Amino acid sequence: MNFLDKVRVLIWKEITSELRAKEMLSSMLVFSLLVVAFFGFALDADNNLVARVFPGILWVTLTFAGILGLNRSFVSERQNDCIHGLMLCPVDRSAIYFAKTVMNLLLMGIVEIVTIPLFFVLFNYSPPVNIGLFIFATFLGTYGFMAVGTFLSALAANTKSSEVLLPILMIPLIVPALICTVQVTKVLFMGDISTLSPGSVDSMWLFLRLLGGYGVIFTVVPVMLFDFLLEV
Amino acid sequence: MIVAQGLTKQIGSKKILKGIDLEINSGEFVTCFGPNGAGKSTTMKILSLLSKPSSGKLYIDGQDTKEHGDSLRSKVGVISHNTFLYDNLTARENLQFYGKMYSIANLNSRVDQLLENVGLTYAANDTVRGFSRGMQQRLAIARSLVHNPPILLMDEPYTGLDEMAKEILNGVLRQLSQEKHTVFLITHDFDQGLEQSDQTIILVGGKIVHRCNPKGISREDFRQLYLKSVGGAPR
Repeated sequence: MNFLDKVRVLIWKEITSELRAKEMLSSMLVFSLLVVAFFGFALDADNNLVARVFPGILWVTLTFAGILGLNRSFVSERQNDCIHGLMLCPVDRSAIYFAKTVMNLLLMGIVEIVTIPLFFVLFNYSPPVNIGLFIFATFLGTYGFMAVGTFLSALAANTKSSEVLLPILMIPLIVPALICTVQVTKVLFMGDISTLSPGSVDSMWLFLRLLGGYGVIFTVVPVMLFDFLLEV
Repeated sequence: MIVAQGLTKQIGSKKILKGIDLEINSGEFVTCFGPNGAGKSTTMKILSLLSKPSSGKLYIDGQDTKEHGDSLRSKVGVISHNTFLYDNLTARENLQFYGKMYSIANLNSRVDQLLENVGLTYAANDTVRGFSRGMQQRLAIARSLVHNPPILLMDEPYTGLDEMAKEILNGVLRQLSQEKHTVFLITHDFDQGLEQSDQTIILVGGKIVHRCNPKGISREDFRQLYLKSVGGAPR
């Protein structure tokens, strides 16, 4: 079995465990739905100011839902010292990181599929005309966020106050990704990009490129450091 | 064969291991005794490649573990007081998962055979969450043997075992000894530890303070030797 086969086996283990326990998905979904409902009733959707901050509200909700899930990401590995069982296996330890990242992305994808349409309904927004680009930007933003989050959740899992430590470590690091994603979303919500001013479209592409770069950096760095992190 | 040369481990300013030299021949059964905090578990973590030494060299079958760590891990099995089992997976799924991670051929028949060996065939499709401590430990024995490792490292494996699990573990140890597997056992129990041991080491304060072949030494003499080693060793 090669590296990818072992990553696949690890993902199977993650999905089977989560389907039985439903620990991460349920907490992420319930949290994001509550926040959507709260904002939906508390804010006036017709207010221009609300319309301008809508991308921010959307991404802050998704970020905190993600952090909630990430906090649980390595809990199953701490029980019975399962992480040692994985570390004993004859495979590069970055396989563990990749499998966890994929699993977290899957869960976050489910949360986004449920939450984002609800945001549109409650805030009277129609989905962006360039929906493909919106999905791509959402994926890049979520990937950057999860790549960092998975790495830091492994680090925080070794501490007693992991649930407090993770957001403190993570939020400063994901600010660039969050800003880029919000800026791209903001431009896409303005309308069809073929009708927008060249300045807005250029800035959107710049932020998309930055998001891509962020994703690459935070894929390479955790892979290089994960082995060391597990031994700490 | 395992050869350790001058292994040290330092965490922060604390020196846990202060230069361990050890040679374990293929098929040898080595038991390690020592008081709490002596560095026994740290030694085992390094031997099992779970942790890297701060300095010193470790060779398994003549290969430097620094360079060949990933491939050498398939030669080592570990039984600890923690089971490394996933609560939300069934007994069969746990063994299949680890078997796939070790790329075992004919995995289904291997899993069936192991479940039978540890007397858990009847609970194969139950999640581990509902298992008693003894059942979990029996499954952990099967997990550690799923890839039939030539080297088995055990850190206080008798902790929390019921009589049946103890009997199964003793049976496994006897079989491994007959099949000339290399075994490194950490225990506080003189009876269990001395029974099949070819070499015994006593670890105190991060150093091996005594090593001997215990065959021919009575339990009481060994107990006196141990107490003297522990009491007289530099801390």
